[in-house]
Formats: sequence, C-alpha cells, structure tokens
Amino acid sequence: MMTDLFALGFLQRALAAAILVSLLCGVLSTFVVLRRMAFIGVGISHSAFGGVALGFLLGIDPLWTGIGFALMVALLIEYAQTRTAVEEDTAIGIFFAASMALGLVFLHLSRAYNVDVFGFLFGNILAIDTRQLWQILVVTVAVLAVILTFFKEIVFLSFDEEMAWVNGVPVKALRYLFLVLMALVVIITIYLVGIILVSALLVIPGAIAQNLARQLKSMVWVSTGAAVGSAVGGLILSYAIDFPSGATIVLMLALLYLGTSGLRPWLHHR
Amino acid sequence: MKAPEIGETAIKLEGVWVNFNGAVILEDVNLSIEAGRYVGILGPNGAGKSTLLKVILGLIRPQRGRVQVLGQSPEKLRQHGSAVGYLPQRPLGNPRFPVTVADVVLMGRYGRIGLFKRPRREDRELVRRRLEDLSISHLANRLIGDLSGGEQQRVFIARALCVDPRILILDEPTVSLDACAQDDIFELVHTLREKLNLTVLIVSHDIGAVARHMDDVVCINRRIHVHQRPPIGRLSLESTFGCAVEYLFHGEIPHRVVKTHDD
Repeated sequence: MMTDLFALGFLQRALAAAILVSLLCGVLSTFVVLRRMAFIGVGISHSAFGGVALGFLLGIDPLWTGIGFALMVALLIEYAQTRTAVEEDTAIGIFFAASMALGLVFLHLSRAYNVDVFGFLFGNILAIDTRQLWQILVVTVAVLAVILTFFKEIVFLSFDEEMAWVNGVPVKALRYLFLVLMALVVIITIYLVGIILVSALLVIPGAIAQNLARQLKSMVWVSTGAAVGSAVGGLILSYAIDFPSGATIVLMLALLYLGTSGLRPWLHHR
Repeated sequence: MKAPEIGETAIKLEGVWVNFNGAVILEDVNLSIEAGRYVGILGPNGAGKSTLLKVILGLIRPQRGRVQVLGQSPEKLRQHGSAVGYLPQRPLGNPRFPVTVADVVLMGRYGRIGLFKRPRREDRELVRRRLEDLSISHLANRLIGDLSGGEQQRVFIARALCVDPRILILDEPTVSLDACAQDDIFELVHTLREKLNLTVLIVSHDIGAVARHMDDVVCINRRIHVHQRPPIGRLSLESTFGCAVEYLFHGEIPHRVVKTHDD
C-alpha cells in the first residue's frame, strides 16, 4: 500500500516539498528561538496574507507579492524598533494586523472567491505543482548557503549583539539579512502549513531542540530532525487518516514539544 | 602587539555631549587617558558611567564633540576588528544559550578572523592561553550558563582579551560578586594589565577597591572630575554623588561609602 502511495506524482511532490521546507525551518528555528524572535515570525507570516491577496487582485503569482509584503513588514518592524520609540512587539502587532486587514480588502476588491484562500491560510501541500517545487528548492539552497556562510557571525549576534558590534561584526547588516531570510522561509513554508500555522514551524522545532540539546550544533541537528520528522510523518499520517496535512504536522510538533519538555529536567541534570 | 609608549594618549574626548530623550547624560566631557594607565570610573547611578564607556566604544555617537581612541575614531577602529576589549555590564543575556566556555571565548576572535573565514589553529591556541591566564582552563567544556557568577566574569574577561586588545574596558565587573570574588577580579585585572601592556578602564561602585588599585580616578556625574592620584577627598566624592558621604575605615583605606540623604 505504501508503494502505491509513493507512486502518486502529487504525493511525491508533496513529500519532496515537505522535506525541503521543514529542513530549512528546522535550521532557522534554532536561531529564531535563541534570538527570541518567535513573535516576529508570527508577524511576518501573517503580514504575508496582504501580499498573497494583492497577488490575487493583480493576477500575478502570489509568491512574489507575498515575499514583497513579508519583506516590507519585516524591514518596517526593524526600522520602527531601531529608529523610533515604538516597542518591537507593539510594532509587530500593528503591522501584521494592518496587512491582514489590507489582505481582506484586496480579496474583497478582487471578488476572487474561487481562489484557494483557504489553502493559503492553512496550507495545501498536496496541491503543489512542479514550478512551486522548484521555487522551494531554490529558496532552500539559497537560504542554507547564506546561513552556512555567516554561521559564526549569526551565532555571535544571537549570543551577544552589543559585543559582536564592538568586535567589528557587521551587526546591522546581519540583522536585516536574517529578517530577509525569515521572510523568504515564511513564504515557502506557507505551501506546507499555511499562513496561520507558519510560525509553528519557525518556533517549535527550535524549542524541542532546546529541550534536548546542550550544544548549539547539536541543537541545529535536533531542530532539523524534529522538523523533517514531523513534516514527513505528519504528511503520511494525514493522508492515511484523511486529516488536514498542515494541522497534522503542527500537532505532531506540538506533541513532540510537550513530550520533550517532560524529559528536559532529567536530561539537563547529569 | 605594540607596547604602549609612555605618554602616548590612548583615549581622548574633547567637548563630548550626549543627550538621550531630551536629557543631558554627558555634559562637555573632556578626558585624556594615557596609555598604560589603570583608570577607575566612579559615580552614582544614572551618572553616565556606562554612557561614557559606550561613547569610547563607539556604541553611542555623541551629539557634539570628538572621540579618539588610539588616534582613530571608534567607528574606524572597530572596522579593523577593534583594539578594545570590552566586558559589558550584563554579558549573558540568555543563560540557556547552548555554548561552552571555549565557544564563548573564541567569539572574541570573530571580529579579527573576519567574514567568510573559519577559526584557525592560532585562534584556538590563543583561546587556550587566555583560559590559562584567567585560571579557567578546567571549565573549557562546561556550558556558560552552568557556571557561577565569578566564573562567568572570568570567561567574559577572557573573551575580551581574545581580541588582542590594547585597551580593556570593564563595566561593573564585580557588581554581582561576593567580596572575595570581587577582590580576585581586581587582582586579576591588575596582573593582566602588566602582562599584556593594557590600558584599563573600570567602572565600579567599590570606592575602596578603586582607591587601592587604580592610578587615576574619574568621578562622573554628567560632568567629570579627574583625580590623578588617590586618596580621593571627601569633598570631591560628595560633589560627585550629590549627597553626604561617610567613610568607614578599616585600616588606612576607606572601605565603604554610606549615603545619608538630608531630604
């Protein structure tokens, strides 16, 4: 029965996409957790809704307008936080609500009730086509390459930004770079679990890894393993029992987090 | 590393003003610190002690005035991987951050190593030597969050020294330590300063320690007063702290200052 499953083209594509996206989320999630950027993840992903709806309105690929919106909001949040007196979480709260509201207005104007809005909100990995799979592959390779290139600086920045600055690390540029990476990852993760659930993949794998790992590198591996495992496991399970795939993946991650939280005190007192 | 020449100016501030949200934090500060000095910075809370350090580090750009560190602007100095080692007031923002002591000290090299390059054997060798200098080699593989406050302070001083600095700046290095550990840190810095030819700036609340160990004392409360040599008079302390100051004598050196407010 399993061989039949994998013979289906759409399921192969879905699995390939799930592995790539979750791999990327797992790596990035480590830093999202360590840099305490969970809420920024929520903000960026929800603001992508405005961009996706704009894509429907203008009749262009929602991927591009989504990336545009997510980037714009990410940079606005950073700008508001560093240049004005607005607190970061306030800025996030304002920008993401505003761009979701914009999204609803765009949808209303486009009268595109036949488009798969539900798919964008909650993910529809089984509907992924070859072109989208290529998009995912390109983003995955690019983002991983950037993270590997600047790995030591990103770690330093996450550990102690002020000290990194004093030591001559280009902190400001790297902060913006990290936000750009997050925006890109958020957009391709929307295919897997949808706008509403994206932040789960940016936060939970890292949180699971923090429960289990004592070293940064092992944390990256555990986080990636948890993300890929849940994505593949959740996808197959959801297909077998006919559940929504995005929700199943996120629930698996949440269960893993709960389970490993119980282990934490035991693991961390050798 | 070039040894400082006698009489060379390590740090020079001319007419420096810093405002923050409309309040004046530093007012027309002029300060010149010779290379090789051990300088204590004293002042009440909110007097601008940390701000002064951050101006020297380039973290805060003054609204007016000129800052020169080793003959260059702090921004320029920073771009070459910096010649200033720094211990922030709260160096461990996230105690659960999963890095070992050796990892943390190696971070001190990252600015020098530069982008797109990995740490080399020389870098790890320097880390090993600095851990030895601070007598914490045995902690190299422990997680930073598992150490005591005094041990952590040593790790962060080791990291500051991994920059290969000519100037070492410590912002309240002893604030959360018990009396014994405090004295250890001052002693240690004293030894390291001689060994590595450093100019040292320390912000401290411990007037006794400052009087005991340091060459110069900078009293700051928005404006500054520089004292070339301790002992520091009661009057200058009172003018800095803005309230009556009482010495408690243990032997020859004042150990504590007790504030007595009239209001």
